[in-house]
Amino acid sequence: MKGNPIYLDNAATTKTAPEVVEAMLPYFTEQYGNPSSIYALGSAAKEAVNRARKIIASTLGAQANEIYFTAGGSEADNWALVAAAEAYAPKGRHIITSKIEHHAVLHTCEYLEKRGYEVTYVDVDEHGIVKLEDLKHAIRPDTILISVMFANNEIGTIQPIKEIGALAKEHGILFHTDAVQAYAHLPIHVDEMNIDMLSASGHKFHGPKGIGFLYIRTGLKIRSFLHGGQQERGRRAGTENVPGIAGLGRAAELAFEKLGENAEKERALRDYLIEKIEKEIPHCRLNGDREQRLSNNVNYSFRFVEGESLLIMLDMKGICASSGSACTSGSLDPSHVLLAIGLPHETAHGSLRMTVSAENTMEEMDRTAEAIKETVGRLREMSPLYEDFIKKEKL
Amino acid sequence: MYSEKVMDHFQNPRNVGEIEDASGVGTVGNAKCGDIMRIYLDIDGDGIIRDCKFKTFGCGAAVATSSMATELVKGKSIEEAMKVTNKAVMEALDGLPPVKVHCSLLAEEAIHAALWDYAEKHGIKIEGLKEPKADIHEGEGQEEY
Repeated sequence: MKGNPIYLDNAATTKTAPEVVEAMLPYFTEQYGNPSSIYALGSAAKEAVNRARKIIASTLGAQANEIYFTAGGSEADNWALVAAAEAYAPKGRHIITSKIEHHAVLHTCEYLEKRGYEVTYVDVDEHGIVKLEDLKHAIRPDTILISVMFANNEIGTIQPIKEIGALAKEHGILFHTDAVQAYAHLPIHVDEMNIDMLSASGHKFHGPKGIGFLYIRTGLKIRSFLHGGQQERGRRAGTENVPGIAGLGRAAELAFEKLGENAEKERALRDYLIEKIEKEIPHCRLNGDREQRLSNNVNYSFRFVEGESLLIMLDMKGICASSGSACTSGSLDPSHVLLAIGLPHETAHGSLRMTVSAENTMEEMDRTAEAIKETVGRLREMSPLYEDFIKKEKL
Repeated sequence: MYSEKVMDHFQNPRNVGEIEDASGVGTVGNAKCGDIMRIYLDIDGDGIIRDCKFKTFGCGAAVATSSMATELVKGKSIEEAMKVTNKAVMEALDGLPPVKVHCSLLAEEAIHAALWDYAEKHGIKIEGLKEPKADIHEGEGQEEY
């Protein structure tokens, strides 16, 4: 591999912005106090935490005391679902979610199912958009929670969150959204969208890893998730990750300063790459919706080739991408998201996700499309499925 | 994740291709699981495998095990080829990650399937060879685009 890699896996994680690292450093070395301590060193740390909380609240149209810092998106999802299920059990034990949620939501739902809760997994259409009619029909008198992701991590589909929020409000049901891929990429307003809980993660928008937050609307009966000290208003014990929180706040500030500008840049890169692939490579399909799509997401299935082979060969050419969700790579089953939008197994196995950032260049898109063309061609030459296909064509 | 040998056989696979009018062809695996292997054998009148080619749809390990399996049976007698087990393929590749062991099994099955095809065509019986499992890769939910 020559030179720097072309990094196209920003949905897996992003590079921490230098400004973010700079904002974090003093809280390791100088302002290392515990925010709960009363001397000045502690207050400085506390101030950093409060400042970040205010920044984040303002980006969502929320109050500062509605933001709870967590160790990331998975913790926020776990907390939202388990605590809401427990708190609202007297009202009912039915939860509605979608078939294409992140495993942090799906596996938490399975956990709840084993504990006597019922979960309805609503279908999505062929573009990966939750079927609102199905969601409406799934609502029952004992439904306590709807959890639908803001935007999908694999195929980038943006869900009709405002409509789902309105539906939930109309029926007096709590609405949680996993906004890990959407927060700091898209404008979100918790009141206008009737969102009661929202999960986000720092490292998806050039912040540090290991820090995220859960927004919890004032008045919800959500119990504490980690028991111990009085941090996070008694709802999430443990000494605050002060450098992480400072970095998270700074990353949010940077992202929202350039929200439209970055999205515009990403969209141009995305559409250029899509156009190139479509023009250059036969027998492929774009997964996800063309319009309701995250500005950074490209997801293709290439028939007759398998995703891992594709990834390794691209890696050798210095291109970082993923096949399905990074979390799925340990298992042999193709992605649940691609199966939910109706792809046959063999096509789902041949998927490639590329997620750009505003730092990528058009030249990198050219090189990427060229590398994919070469690699897919090489793998097809090796593929018995392609051989059969070509023989059938000749008949 | 992969040994150097696996990476080598993945990057420079040996014996990729087809053999026209092959003595035996075997296809195993299932696109649902993400692996299909096809092995072509050219066997001469003395029962020696003169040539062996493969085509594989699958992960890096699937390609590497196919490549190694063809190397191991080339120039061998049928009897010797029957001794090329999945373990032999794995050892020759300096091991595979646990989740990829099934790829080496597939390679063994593919050779057996090709030998079975040869035996059927020539009306002979090969000691220890069992009928391969039905090939189920064809056209399940195929869509055109």
